[in-house]
Amino acid sequence: MSIFSITEPSGRQKWIAGILVAAYAVITLIPLLWIIATGFKSPSDAIAYPPKVMFDPSLEGYVNLFTTQTRITPDMEATLGEPDTWYERLVREKGMVIAGPSRYGERFLNSVIIGFGSTFLSVFLGTLAAYAFSRFKVPLKDDLMFFILSTRMMPPIAVAIPIFLMYRTLGLSDTHLGMILLYTAVNLSLAVWLLKGFIDEIPREYEEAALIDGYTRFQAFIKVVLPQAATGIASTAIFCLIFAWNEYAFAVLLTSGEAQTAPPFIPTIIGVGGQDWPAVAAGATLFLLPVVIFTILLRKHLLRGITFGAVRK
Amino acid sequence: MARIVIRNLRKDFGDFTAVKSSSFTIEDGEFFMLLGPSGCGKTTTLRMIAGLELPSAGEIWIDNEEVGRKPASERDIAFVFQMFALYPHMNVRRNISYPLKSQGMPRTEIATRVAEVARILGIEDILDKPVGGLSGGDRQRVALGRAIVREPKAFLMDEPLGALDAEFRERMAAELRALHDRMGATTIYVTHDQLEAMQMGDKIVVMNQGRIEQFGMPQEIYDWPATMFVADFIGSPAMNFLRFNGRVDKGASTVSVGESNLKIPLQLQGASGSLALGVRPEHISLCDTGEYRGRVIATEYLGTTQIVILDTAHGTVKARVTSNRSVRPGETVGLAFDPETLTLFDENTGRALLSEANRRVLGHG
Ligand SMILES: Nc1ncnc2c1ncn2[C@@H]1O[C@H](COP(=O)(O)OP(=O)(O)O)[C@@H](O)[C@H]1O
Ligand SMILES: [Mg+2]
Repeated sequence: MSIFSITEPSGRQKWIAGILVAAYAVITLIPLLWIIATGFKSPSDAIAYPPKVMFDPSLEGYVNLFTTQTRITPDMEATLGEPDTWYERLVREKGMVIAGPSRYGERFLNSVIIGFGSTFLSVFLGTLAAYAFSRFKVPLKDDLMFFILSTRMMPPIAVAIPIFLMYRTLGLSDTHLGMILLYTAVNLSLAVWLLKGFIDEIPREYEEAALIDGYTRFQAFIKVVLPQAATGIASTAIFCLIFAWNEYAFAVLLTSGEAQTAPPFIPTIIGVGGQDWPAVAAGATLFLLPVVIFTILLRKHLLRGITFGAVRK
Repeated sequence: MARIVIRNLRKDFGDFTAVKSSSFTIEDGEFFMLLGPSGCGKTTTLRMIAGLELPSAGEIWIDNEEVGRKPASERDIAFVFQMFALYPHMNVRRNISYPLKSQGMPRTEIATRVAEVARILGIEDILDKPVGGLSGGDRQRVALGRAIVREPKAFLMDEPLGALDAEFRERMAAELRALHDRMGATTIYVTHDQLEAMQMGDKIVVMNQGRIEQFGMPQEIYDWPATMFVADFIGSPAMNFLRFNGRVDKGASTVSVGESNLKIPLQLQGASGSLALGVRPEHISLCDTGEYRGRVIATEYLGTTQIVILDTAHGTVKARVTSNRSVRPGETVGLAFDPETLTLFDENTGRALLSEANRRVLGHG
């Protein structure tokens, strides 16, 4: 029995719905497929007109993404021996040699540290705050909740200049800690509000049962409330990660070396002699993966009901 | 097992007083009923005894210790919640063993205890099932299992049968009572169902609007209600009230209700003004000679007995008489009241007037 329609849709209706959904999926996925495909094209195929749908796949973009290269003269090339690896051979064919690794790996790692670090911190603090707001008598509770929400009412970038100055004075510019704190500050209000909603839904009786069963309030929180809040924590974590992962403006403003994340770095990937679109596309493709993987890993929790119907309302 | 003494217990929620200065005693091993209409403060009282709610005033003694401020986890009391509150992310076995784990009991001993409890409750076959798909009765048993596995000082149960289907309720009630008799555990059982309370309880406290109306054995409460509220709340159909204006003196053994002079137990207390004469339906008999008369409005057939609904000069009266007596709606009959069972109430205070008959039950109050 469906809650959305009174009658079961006919075969033809299902067909039409299927076609519409498929068409929509294709339209939304084309840019993504385009990026992924471009990452595997050669530079000339990447800018070919009309665009090539069929092409000889090449890993040149990925090699360019992860290495820096220098051009060498044929005489010098003759002095070098045969290339030892497939990627050296690939580079040598263009008359270049690999000079060293590129910065992409570091930037990607920065994104991982800052993105997941701030997500963890937001969810951790958010869960504790939400639990307190949900369960205890907090003085001025409503005002505090409103204040927490109000920190998100202004677009964060509106305070970019004060933050820039403040960070410079505090020595937080271009540090992992600085970026983690910043993204946590931005995400925390969303995290508290979302999580409070989820925790409010969890009947208090579960914790009370645990108290009666001889556990402390903290043990009850860890062993009974947290598993019940898994759905809420998972979805909140995904929201926080997506923001922190994709954030561009503050990353440009506050990071330049040490703590630079991938988003401001990717546009700077420009090869020697012309724009290296396959390398840029390869960088973008890899950048997409962590959020996708994270979401897939947490999918089980997103789809799971909160109480499994164990409490009858 | 334990004796529980409640002294002047009160609970305020802001300006609202949910439980007003209540006192009662639960003897060791007693099956004790906390009875009252919805919203009267039963759950709040129970939660204070369990340690889930802090009393605003008063004392809770478990054996020889005042526990009013002690955390729930240290009171060694089991609580069966109204909606069971089984841990949804654990299966039946883990739910039942959870209270033992907090005590750091060795695994093998936990396994033995859980097996024993499962056998008592007849739930051996569902031990490894998740609690989500269980039927109401099985959830009830699991909740009981979680309570008894620990062998606590006392069991507190908040309307444990309320979530069950009617047909199932009777069976569970019997199982519960049998379980109690076998374990002899002090039990406080909250219900709003007076029949349940009368059937199962050794003793009953009747609450109304946060106040204790009466405290005693089921039959005492039924026969000698202390207040009009109790008289009305207990029994089905409820006690009849013949409301009249008049007076009754200390030492009197008759009262004038309108034109009729009715015999009553010897009064130890007098009153005047708005009074009510309380009489249970089964203490009324229909006779042609009765001085007090009423006109039959309708009858309800109940098998061996029938309820005859009559219109009298002092309100509607329901009488329970044997089914073989034929009564026709519209006819006027005489009513005879069994004098030794009557209670007079003062309508202004709502309290029963003390008489030679109810003195034994109400005398100390
Ligand atoms: N936490 C609370 N805050 C405010 N009022 C409450 C709270 N808990 C219960 N009450 C009120 O106290 C009264 C008694 O409630 P309760 O003990 O649950 O009644 P019962 O169990 O007899 O139905 C009700 O009027 C209820 O609204
Ligand atoms: Mg209740």
